[in-house]
Amino acid sequence: MEPMEIAERLKEKFLDEIIQVTQFRDQVFVSVKPDRITEMCRYLHDDPEIYMDFLADLCGADYPERRQRFEVVYNLYSIRHGHRIILKAGVSENDPAIDSVVPVWSGANWHEREACDMYGIVFNGHPDLRRILMPEDWEGYPLRKDYPLTGPVGSEYKGYEELKELHTHDSEWNIQA
Amino acid sequence: MDEGKGSAEAGQESSSRIATKDLTLNMGPQHPATHGVLRLVLDLDGETIVKCTPYVGYLHRGVEKLAENRNYMQILPLTDRLDYIASMSNNLGYCIAVEKLFGIEVPERTEYIRTIVGEMSRIANHLLWLATHALDVGAMTVFLYCFREREAILDLFERLCGARLTVSYPRIGGLKNDVDPQWLKDLYAFTDEFPSRVEQYETLINKNRIWLRRTKGIGVISAEEAINWGLSGPTLRGSGVPYDVRKVTSYGVYDKVKWEVCTCKNGDVYDRYRVRMDEFHQSNSIIRQCIDQIPEGPIMADAPKFTLPAKDKVLNDMEHLIHHFVLITKGPQTAPEGELYVPTEVPKGELGFYFVSDGTGKPYRMRIRSPSFVHISALPRLCEGELIADIIANIGSIDIVLGECDR
Repeated sequence: MEPMEIAERLKEKFLDEIIQVTQFRDQVFVSVKPDRITEMCRYLHDDPEIYMDFLADLCGADYPERRQRFEVVYNLYSIRHGHRIILKAGVSENDPAIDSVVPVWSGANWHEREACDMYGIVFNGHPDLRRILMPEDWEGYPLRKDYPLTGPVGSEYKGYEELKELHTHDSEWNIQA
Repeated sequence: MDEGKGSAEAGQESSSRIATKDLTLNMGPQHPATHGVLRLVLDLDGETIVKCTPYVGYLHRGVEKLAENRNYMQILPLTDRLDYIASMSNNLGYCIAVEKLFGIEVPERTEYIRTIVGEMSRIANHLLWLATHALDVGAMTVFLYCFREREAILDLFERLCGARLTVSYPRIGGLKNDVDPQWLKDLYAFTDEFPSRVEQYETLINKNRIWLRRTKGIGVISAEEAINWGLSGPTLRGSGVPYDVRKVTSYGVYDKVKWEVCTCKNGDVYDRYRVRMDEFHQSNSIIRQCIDQIPEGPIMADAPKFTLPAKDKVLNDMEHLIHHFVLITKGPQTAPEGELYVPTEVPKGELGFYFVSDGTGKPYRMRIRSPSFVHISALPRLCEGELIADIIANIGSIDIVLGECDR
């Protein structure tokens, strides 16, 4: 099925939820409201003619100037039919929460954890929402646009200073360079 | 296992008279059989795994964040460091994605050379996978045999571009340099020899009783479940799903050569091994056909805003000199506005790049969909309820590299 046709079907079924359909280089992107995302994904997964059985990717994105600052991108592919469609759901900065799609695709588990780790998006109903790539006690969300590239101020690498301190004990311990 | 943190969990009275306790065992991050810095926390009931919790992120370097602050040309060397076992495939995946975003068509000769080096990289990756997987399960000799052939491929890479591991050979819109005829001849000689070498590995393990007992019926996952977990590459094809990105989206010259998608049906560790062994032969055949068909021609696309112009033009023509200067010092200044997801089939599975471009020379967002990340997330599903020794076989069979998982 052509991706535009899938977008049309989705529009018929969830008219109030669809905000915008865009196309770029034969890929179709559907901006949707976040409230009924699980239901929509369930429909796209179960419908025999669409049958999006493969969640190729799920990730976050940050657009600080938008009213819905964060975006969750669902990249759906059907191995049976060979078509792809990309859903984008915006969530606001004040309440960055969206329902989890783990019940639909088990593979969404770690992708959602990563989006939470990197952007602070909360996935309601996720079985195990913890930080995944960053340490568990890390503060801040590294992939947000306002997060500095070199890390928070004052957290620069101090390896050399630590090494110097370490080597002050060399003579006491009879270590020869 | 390496270090047993014997924190005994709440006691559990079994039906027999002997009281048993669940044991929590920490495996990794420094452990030779985890193929990198992967840490697993295992809850054990005797030898049986009740719960497996992977911890990743030890190799997190923030490639996606870095990419947002680099121009498109500067990101290429970062992609070497994702899957460093098969860096050529990662470079290709990145270049193909950026070219699709920019709307660049690469010359036909480049497509052929890219397919050749991509398949060489697949063979090199599968050789390292077989070597370490067999070593983990207990077959030492295979390791040494595999490295003999892997060395040959890495030597060819070195002659081609000067680097063995982090190659950075493809460029946006083409390649760093052309291949010389002698190099192609030597590669052809390698492909003459290679199928008999694969047979050698197979005689070492195919009928080995220990190998069969440790791989058959271990880590079974059905086709539906494998798709639902998002597995890809040989790991998915071992469950009988004929999904290969090379077939469904045409890139390179995979539509001009004869080859098959290898699948097996049981979805256990042995079948995933079988799929990769069959892929050796397919890749070998693809390389041979490409060398036979390769046409003459240019290797860089004609897109002066995004690709480096040829050296002789730079030295003789003002306009090309300006393009060269701007690209080297500042990188591409514009890009078409839009967003795009481009998958490619790397040896480990589906590597996807998702770009959001805001029209500047830097990606607004670059997301890397790495197969290893998804595969590790399915590891608990594969090994829960099995024995602790099977974890090693399972990790080997999903073919992971932590540099790519953690990005």
